[in-house]
Amino acid sequence: MRSTTHERIGESTGNRLMISRRRFITLLVVTVTAIAGAGIYAALEFQGAKASQAAPPPVEVTRSEALPVAPFVLFRNTAPGQGFGDAATVPLTVPGGPRALSGIACDRVYGTSEVTFCLQTKHELATNFQASVYDSQWKQTASWPLPGIPSRARTNADGSLTASTVFVSGHAYSAAGFSTETVIRDRAGPVTGNLEGFALILDGNRIKATDRNIWGVTFVPRQPDAFYATASSQGQIWLVKGSIAGRTLTVVRSGIECPSVSPDGTRIAYKKSDTGSLTGHRRIAVLDLARGKETVLSEQQSIDDQIEWLDDSTLIYGLPRNGSEVDSDIWSIRTDPSAPPALFIEHAWSPSVVR
Amino acid sequence: MYISMADRTGGKTDPGTADAKLPAGQGVAFRLSPVILWLGIVSMATDISSESVSAILPLYVTGFLGLSTIAYGFIDGLNQGASAVVRIAAGWASDRTGHPKRVAVAGYGLSMLARTGLLFAGGFWSLIGIVTGDRIGKGIRTAPRDALISAEAQPEHLARSFGVHRMLDNIGAATGPMLAFLILLLIPNGFGVVFAVSLAFAVIGVAVLVLVVPDRRMARAAETPTRTRTASRWRQLKEPGLTRLLVTAGLLALLTVGDGFIYLVLQDRDSFAVQWFPLLYVGTNVAYVVLAVPMGRLADRWGRVRVFLGGHVALLACYVLAAAPLGGIGVTVACLMLLGLFYAATDGVLAALASRLVSPEKVATGIGAAQTVVALCRMAASAGFGILWFAIGASAAMLTAAVVLAAVLAATAVLMGASQKQAADA
Repeated sequence: MRSTTHERIGESTGNRLMISRRRFITLLVVTVTAIAGAGIYAALEFQGAKASQAAPPPVEVTRSEALPVAPFVLFRNTAPGQGFGDAATVPLTVPGGPRALSGIACDRVYGTSEVTFCLQTKHELATNFQASVYDSQWKQTASWPLPGIPSRARTNADGSLTASTVFVSGHAYSAAGFSTETVIRDRAGPVTGNLEGFALILDGNRIKATDRNIWGVTFVPRQPDAFYATASSQGQIWLVKGSIAGRTLTVVRSGIECPSVSPDGTRIAYKKSDTGSLTGHRRIAVLDLARGKETVLSEQQSIDDQIEWLDDSTLIYGLPRNGSEVDSDIWSIRTDPSAPPALFIEHAWSPSVVR
Repeated sequence: MYISMADRTGGKTDPGTADAKLPAGQGVAFRLSPVILWLGIVSMATDISSESVSAILPLYVTGFLGLSTIAYGFIDGLNQGASAVVRIAAGWASDRTGHPKRVAVAGYGLSMLARTGLLFAGGFWSLIGIVTGDRIGKGIRTAPRDALISAEAQPEHLARSFGVHRMLDNIGAATGPMLAFLILLLIPNGFGVVFAVSLAFAVIGVAVLVLVVPDRRMARAAETPTRTRTASRWRQLKEPGLTRLLVTAGLLALLTVGDGFIYLVLQDRDSFAVQWFPLLYVGTNVAYVVLAVPMGRLADRWGRVRVFLGGHVALLACYVLAAAPLGGIGVTVACLMLLGLFYAATDGVLAALASRLVSPEKVATGIGAAQTVVALCRMAASAGFGILWFAIGASAAMLTAAVVLAAVLAATAVLMGASQKQAADA
């Protein structure tokens, strides 16, 4: 194709643009080599991906027709092979046992015994994102498009409200980087509140900075109006307590990221940054809300997940498996500072404990 | 006034430049220089390379960095500022050496190296370094490349020649994202393949530039007899016509709020725009591809300043449409067309205008200066508009921008009219 373009130009312009034969052949060789190189690599990767998708998974799996009887753990299956990325469940009593795959792919998943809330990436004409709600028979009851890349998902205890955080990125050359969008919606779809529009209050004053980001909602058990989340502005990170009816986010404490309220509502587990900034190593810590006492746990690896409570004294969270970008494991740790972490579910991500 | 002269007489006579005695433009048949075509192919390959990565970089970065992505956004903003400033310096270097091609090769080459680095990225800071390298490369290459186009084009068909280049460039910008999405559709998590394909196109772009585009030796700024003229970069730009263009373009750029915000407003109204967000960008580029050459022709015939201002009228219409309480896919598509029209009528035309307002040995500096001013003013506009958006809401902010833009456009038109009269009297 390029050679004909060249000849046409050569003819029509005479000696206005003379390309020597040697240069032209060099160009042809470079072009063919570059395209062939990328093409061969793509073909190999395509073959590899197909083989991997068809391969039997390294864990025992079954087919899930409906949600099991509580208690169970709902999570994203990251075992390579068939069913990679699917929402899956294991009984709480046998977390290492066979997992039941739903056949529904979710990047983040959370739920109750009746409702599963799932954030999905769809690779189509253009890659796009959506949130879906499923009933206990894995039947979709609602879905809506998401404006960015899924990051966090939560529901409240009865499954009537959902909260999602996505990364929104500007595609235009002049648009600046990334921001988060966090929205609370009724499980049927209507927006209950976009947290960007809530008033952010620090020491009684409203913060009017435009560079704020809000992420990682956790609903407070038995308080239908209340939730906690992370707010960030001008390099600072805060734990905020939100009121849905009041449309407010009130700063409670600083340096707390991705909060998760305990089932009894008395404590918050979260990520604590070494540097206090948005980059840096994150430890797991627990805050006693009544006493204001912080306990840092023994996990040495950096955490980037919203922690989940297994019970009132144990946390579970995801970590990349051997540095992989696509596979991960769920670990558990007791809230005692000396307790070591233990592997909870292999090849899994985004845990949700359904009681 | 130089702008208005070049404007009114763009196709006839053009005092203030070396081509003043050229015969009437309509008499000269358009013949595209093969160098411009090859430069267009260089840009097309490079844009396939850069836009395929840009389209999927957010996905890759969030998968890679998790929530640290928020910090990444801030640094990316700084990079864009650096890229804008580099343009003027690269233009100056191009004029000083008299070899725009060499400077352009450095810019395209740096971006190509960054693509190679992407295949081996291993963390937050290496990723930041790679993206910075790519952006600076983009900043370096633009002005010398446009100086080459300006030198190769027939003066009577300058804007049209830029239009051909921008058309090819944007074919690449529209193709790149689709290619990347296709790869991810076929190969889940196939980011490595996207990076490899991107590198292949970057290599082809650099190869075409190095092997085919001649190293046209330009008059060197350094060879002008008075050394003091080259001592100061700013003094080089002291051409009254250029200063006026910089002020006008800068003022209008201060009211250009950034596509991201327009897309956000559309997303508020139209769930299609939410779901197919990346296609908004592709749609704008497709409109730009279709309109680039017609707008260039129009600029050569009817006046480059008129078309440049007319492009901002299209932007104004886009603001009003986006702010109006309408919704649905029709409004979305109309807005994208208007945005594409805006770019087609302003981007290449600005380079054409700037290159004719300075003497030949300062063309790259002149173009670089115009592009730097516009880029920096647009960044300021984005920041300011963000605050307005937060304070009074999306629609009100958009309407405010529309009203101020209308006022500035009217004032500019009156000023142009006055200086045309002045020029005619003189």
